[in-house]
Amino acid sequence: MNNIKKLTSKALFLPIFCMLLVMAANIIYDAANGNFALNFFTISVRNGVLYGRLIDILNRGSEIAILSIGMTLVVSSSAGTDISVGSVMSLAASFCCMLLAGYGTAATTELAVPLLVGVLGGILLACVCGAFNGFLVAYLNVQPMVATLILFSAARAIGLLCCNNLIVYVRNDSFKMFGGYLGFIPTPIVIAAGCILVMAILLKKTALGLYIQSVGINKKASRIAGLNSGKIIFLCYIVCGLMAGIAGIVASSRISSADSNNIGLNYELDAILAVALGGNSLGGGKFNLAGSVIGAYTIQAITTTLFALGVSSDQAPVYKAIIVIIIVAIQAPPFNAWVKRLSAKRALAKGGV
Amino acid sequence: MDNNVILTMRGISMTFPGVKALDNVDFTLRRGEIHALMGENGAGKSTLIKCLTGINAFEAGEIHVEGIQGAVVNHSTLDAQKKGISTVYQEINLCPNLSVAENLFIGREPKNKLGFINWREMIKRSEKIMKDLDMPVDVTQNLEEYSLALQQMIAIARAVDMDCKVLILDEPTSSLDDSEVEKLFKLMNQLKAKGVGIVFVTHFLEQVYTVCDRITVLRNGQLVGEYPIADLPRVKLVAAMMGKDFDDLASIKSEEAPVFTDEDILIDAKGMSHKGTIKPFDLQIHKGEVVGLTGLLGSGRSELARVIYGADKNQTGVLKVNGKEIKVNAPIDAMNLGMGLLPDDRKAEGIIGDLSVRENIILAMQAKRGVFRLLPMSKQIEIADEYIKLLQIKTASRETLICQLSGGNQQKVILARWLATNPDFLILDEPTRGIDIGTKTEIQKLVLKLAGEGKSLIFISSEIEEMLRTCTKLAVLRDGEKVGEITESLSQETVMKAIAGGGDTNE
Amino acid sequence: MKKIKINSNTLLLLITIALFVVMYAVGCILYSDKGFTNLQTFLNLLINNAGLLCVACGMTCVMLTGGIDISVGSLIALDCMLLAVGMERWNQNPILLCILVLAVGVVFGLVQGFCVGYLKIQPFIVTMAGMFFARGMTAVICTDQVSISNKFFVSLAQMKISIPFGAVTNRRGVLQIPFIRITVVIALVVLVLVFLMLRYTKFGRSLYAVGGNESSAVMMGLDVKRTKLKAYVLSSFLCSIGGICFCLNTMSGNVQQAKGLEMDAIASAVIGGTLLTGGVGNVIGSFFGVLINGTISTLVKTNGKLLSSWSSIAVAALLCFFIVLQSVFAKIKDSKK
Repeated sequence: MNNIKKLTSKALFLPIFCMLLVMAANIIYDAANGNFALNFFTISVRNGVLYGRLIDILNRGSEIAILSIGMTLVVSSSAGTDISVGSVMSLAASFCCMLLAGYGTAATTELAVPLLVGVLGGILLACVCGAFNGFLVAYLNVQPMVATLILFSAARAIGLLCCNNLIVYVRNDSFKMFGGYLGFIPTPIVIAAGCILVMAILLKKTALGLYIQSVGINKKASRIAGLNSGKIIFLCYIVCGLMAGIAGIVASSRISSADSNNIGLNYELDAILAVALGGNSLGGGKFNLAGSVIGAYTIQAITTTLFALGVSSDQAPVYKAIIVIIIVAIQAPPFNAWVKRLSAKRALAKGGV
Repeated sequence: MDNNVILTMRGISMTFPGVKALDNVDFTLRRGEIHALMGENGAGKSTLIKCLTGINAFEAGEIHVEGIQGAVVNHSTLDAQKKGISTVYQEINLCPNLSVAENLFIGREPKNKLGFINWREMIKRSEKIMKDLDMPVDVTQNLEEYSLALQQMIAIARAVDMDCKVLILDEPTSSLDDSEVEKLFKLMNQLKAKGVGIVFVTHFLEQVYTVCDRITVLRNGQLVGEYPIADLPRVKLVAAMMGKDFDDLASIKSEEAPVFTDEDILIDAKGMSHKGTIKPFDLQIHKGEVVGLTGLLGSGRSELARVIYGADKNQTGVLKVNGKEIKVNAPIDAMNLGMGLLPDDRKAEGIIGDLSVRENIILAMQAKRGVFRLLPMSKQIEIADEYIKLLQIKTASRETLICQLSGGNQQKVILARWLATNPDFLILDEPTRGIDIGTKTEIQKLVLKLAGEGKSLIFISSEIEEMLRTCTKLAVLRDGEKVGEITESLSQETVMKAIAGGGDTNE
Repeated sequence: MKKIKINSNTLLLLITIALFVVMYAVGCILYSDKGFTNLQTFLNLLINNAGLLCVACGMTCVMLTGGIDISVGSLIALDCMLLAVGMERWNQNPILLCILVLAVGVVFGLVQGFCVGYLKIQPFIVTMAGMFFARGMTAVICTDQVSISNKFFVSLAQMKISIPFGAVTNRRGVLQIPFIRITVVIALVVLVLVFLMLRYTKFGRSLYAVGGNESSAVMMGLDVKRTKLKAYVLSSFLCSIGGICFCLNTMSGNVQQAKGLEMDAIASAVIGGTLLTGGVGNVIGSFFGVLINGTISTLVKTNGKLLSSWSSIAVAALLCFFIVLQSVFAKIKDSKK
C-alpha cells in the first residue's frame, strides 16, 4: 500500500502511467485483431525513411509537444491557459504562406520572398500575438482565458484576411521540408526535440524556472522579493506565441498550404490536456516540462489510437474533453477532501470490526 | 448550571500544523453581558471564534448553546447563524456591489405574495434600521460608496437585525474613529439591555474598560482565566496577557543608548507619500539605528515602510540613500540599494507556499543577481543550510515545502531570505505576529544584533512592549499621517498617549 | 425620484447605448440607399440575433457570478444537430425534440455547474471541455449537413408576425409591412423574464452577491455552490432555447454551426457592461451588446465588398476595447481607495 502511494506521488507518475495505458490498449487491440501484438513498437526503414506507428506518433505529436512547452509556462505563471494557440498557429501559417506566395495568390511553386523571411515573418507575427495576450494578462490584469479568447476567434479571421479567403498552396520543396524528412528522420521530430532542448537548457541554466514558479504561486510575495511579475508573465506569453508560431509553420508545411479554418483546429485542447496529463496543476505554480512533453505524446498516441478505432477527427474531442475533466476533477481540492473522508471512514469501519 | 448562561465552550482544543492553536480552552457567555476576549496576537482568540462559528473544526471539546439540546457543532457560519450566533469580522463581509438595503437583507429578503422580492418593503425596513442607529445612509446606494467605518456599522446592523442571541465582534473598532466607536458602544449597550450576549475581541484596552463586564484572557492557546472587570485592573490584565516572559525579554536591550550623527544618515525621506494610504512624511534613519513605527492598525505604519521600499509607489517627495537622491519604482530597485522588506501578511506577501525552504531562502538573492546568473546548486544548498542552522529553522529538510512549516519557522525563512542578501536596511513589518514567545525573543535579539553590526532597521509591531525593547526611536502614526517622533523617555505610557493623540478628541 | 448617480458601471452602459446609436446612425447615413433606414432592417437585426440574445442572457447570469461559459456555441451546434437529425432521420415529433433539446441543456448545465460549484474547477477549463465535448458529440450524431424539411417546423420558422406601424412602399409600389418572427418573441420573453429574475428573485440577487464577494456571500449565509450550479444550468438551458431559435433561423444542423458564438455572446455581455470579475451587469446592457454585435455584421454584409471575417475581427476588437476599458476603470477605482 505504501509503495503504491510512493509511486503515485512521483512527479512523472501520471503521464507515464497514461502512456503505458495507451500502449497496453494498442497491444490488446492488435492482438485481438490477429496482428502482431507488438506492432505498435515496430520501427522499420522504408524508402529510406523511418516508418512505424511509434515514429508516426512522435512525428504527428510534434506540434502538440511544441505547443505544450509554451502552454506549460503560461499555465504555471498566470494560472490560466492560452486558448488562442490553435488560432495563432493558423495565423502564423497563413501569414507565412502569404509572404511566400505573395498576397492574393492561391497557389505557387516559386517563392515570392526568401524562405527564411516568410518563416520568420510568420513566427514573428505569432510572437506579436503572444505579446498582445501577455499585455492584457500581465499589465491589464484581464483573466488569461478571456484575454486569449479575443485571439481565439479573431486570429483565424485575420488569417483569412491575409489569404484573401483562399487556401494558399505553397508547393515548394524547401518549404515542404519543415513537415517532411531530414535525412531519414521526420523533420517535425527534430524541430520539436530542438525546441524542448533549448527550453530545457534555458530552464536549467537560468533562474527562469524559479521565477516563473514563484510568480505563479504567489505574485505579490514575488514582487516584494524583487521579481517583476508582470514582465515574467508577459515573457511566458511571448514564448507561448513563439511556440505556436513554430508549430504553425510545421503544420502548414505538412500540407504545403495555409488552411486558415483547419490548421491547429482543437490544438488548444490538446495542448492544455498535455499540460494537465503531465501532472501539472492548471491552477498554476509548480511545473514539470518533461511531464508536459510526455503528456503531449500521450495525447497524440490517444488520438492515433482513436483514429485506429474508427473515431473521426471531429469526434475525438469528445473523449479528450472527458479525460480533461476527469484529470482536473481528480486534482480538485474538494475531490481530494472527499476521498480522504471516504478512506478515513473506511479505516474507521475496519477498526470497528 | 447558571440559568443566565447562553453559551458555554468546554475544553476546546485544536492544532494547526506544528502549532497547538488552542489547548483545552473554556469560555462562558451569559445573557446580557459584554464579554471581552483578550490576548496578544497569536493567543488563539480568532481561532476560538472560528471554532465557534464553524470556520475551523476543533478536535476536542464541546459547545453548548442555550435552548439547544446536546453539544453543538457548527459546520459553517450559516449553521451558526441559524443557532443565533452572528459574527462581525474586522474585514467587512458584505458585498460592495449591492445596495445597503440588500446587504442588510440578503438571504432573507422580504417577499410579496408571488414570492418576488418586495423592494419597497426592504427599503422601508432598511431605512428604519439605519434611522434607529442614527446612521446617515441612503440605503439604495451601493455599499462601496460608503466609508469603511460605515460599512462596518452596516455589517453590525445586519447581524443585530437577525435576532441573534450571541453577537461576536471581532476587532470591529480598528477602522472606526472615536465618534463612531461611541455609536457602536451605544448600540452594544442597547443590545445588552435586550439580553444579547456579546463577545468583544479588541486590542484597545481603553474600550474594554468602557463597555465590558467580564474578561477572558488567552495566552499561547491556553486559558489564563476569566475575570469580572472590577477584579482585573489594567496592569494585571496586561500581565495576564503577556505572561511571565515579560521580564525575561526586558533585559535583552543594553542600557546605553547609541549616539548618532548626521553623517550616519542612511535613509532620508522627505515628503514621500502614497495617495489614500499615507500622507507626506519625513523620516531619517541612521546607520545602526532601529526605528519603530507605531500606531494603530491602519494608521499607515505599514504603508509608510512600503512607500520607502517601493512596494507602494512614492507619489511625492524624494528619497535619499547615503545622501544620494534615488528613484525607487519597484521593490527590486530598493533591493539593489540594499533594502529588504519582511511584509506583515506573511501568507499573502511573504512565503511562496509551494516552493521549498531552500528556494524561498535564495529567492531574493537570485532576484538581485538577475535571471541569467543562476546561483549554482551547491551554493544554494550552502546558503540554505547556513541560515537553517543560524536561525534554528525547524524543518524536516531544506527541500521541505515552506507551507508545511509552522508560522514561526516560515517567518524565519523569510528573514533568512533577506539576511542572505546582506541588506544595509531592513524593514520588519510585524515580524513576530502569530508566532510563539520563544521565537519572538529570538527575532528581537536578532534585530539588536543586526543593529549592532551597523545595519539600519525599521521595526513595526502592534505590541508596544516589543518595540520599546528594540527601538531607539519611535515614529508615531495616526490616520495615515506621521504625527511625531519619540526619542527620549520611551515608555508604554508616552507611546500610548502619542498614539491616542491626546487633546484633539473631536476627530 | 432620486437622482441616479453616474458611477463607472452606469457609464459603461451609457457608452454602449451611445455606441449603438452612433453605429446605427452611421449605417443609416452610409447605406440609406440600401434600405438601412427601414424599420425592417432593425427588425431583421432582432430576427438574426434572436438566438444570440437568449445565449447572451444566460451568459450574463454566469458572468455575474464571476464565471464564464464558453461551451455555448458548441451546445447550439449540438442542439441544431439533434433537432435536424431527429426530424429528418429519426422522424420524431418536433415538439418532443425541442423538449429533448432543453433537457440536454439542463443536464449539460448540471454537469458543468457541478464541476464549477462543487468541485471548484476553473469555469474556463470546465466549459472549454464542455465546448469540445458538445462539438464532438455533434459529429458523433452526424457529420453531414442536415437540412430540415419538417412541415410543422418550417411553418413555425416562416410564421410572420406583422407590426402595425412603420410600413413602407418599396420602389415597385408594393406595401411592405414590417414583421418579426416567432424567434424574436421567444427571445424577448426570455429577456424580460431574466431581467425580472435578476431583479426580483432571491436567486437573481444571489448571483450578484456571489460575484461581488464570494467569501462574504458565504458568510452571509448564501449557498454559493448551489447558486453557481444553478447559474450554469440556467446558462445551458437558455442556450438551448437559443439553439432552437438558431435552428429556426438556419433550418439545418451542421458540425461547424455557431462556431465562435461564445465569443459573440461574451462580447455582447461585456460590451453591455457586465464586468468580467462579476457582480455588475444587466441583461439590458447585454441586449444592446447583442444589437451592436448584429449591427456590425449587418454593416459588413450591407457593404458587400468586405470579407465576412471582418465582422468577427470587429467584434473581437470591440471586446478587447471594452475589456481594456473595464480594466482601466478598475484601476482608477483601486487608486481612489
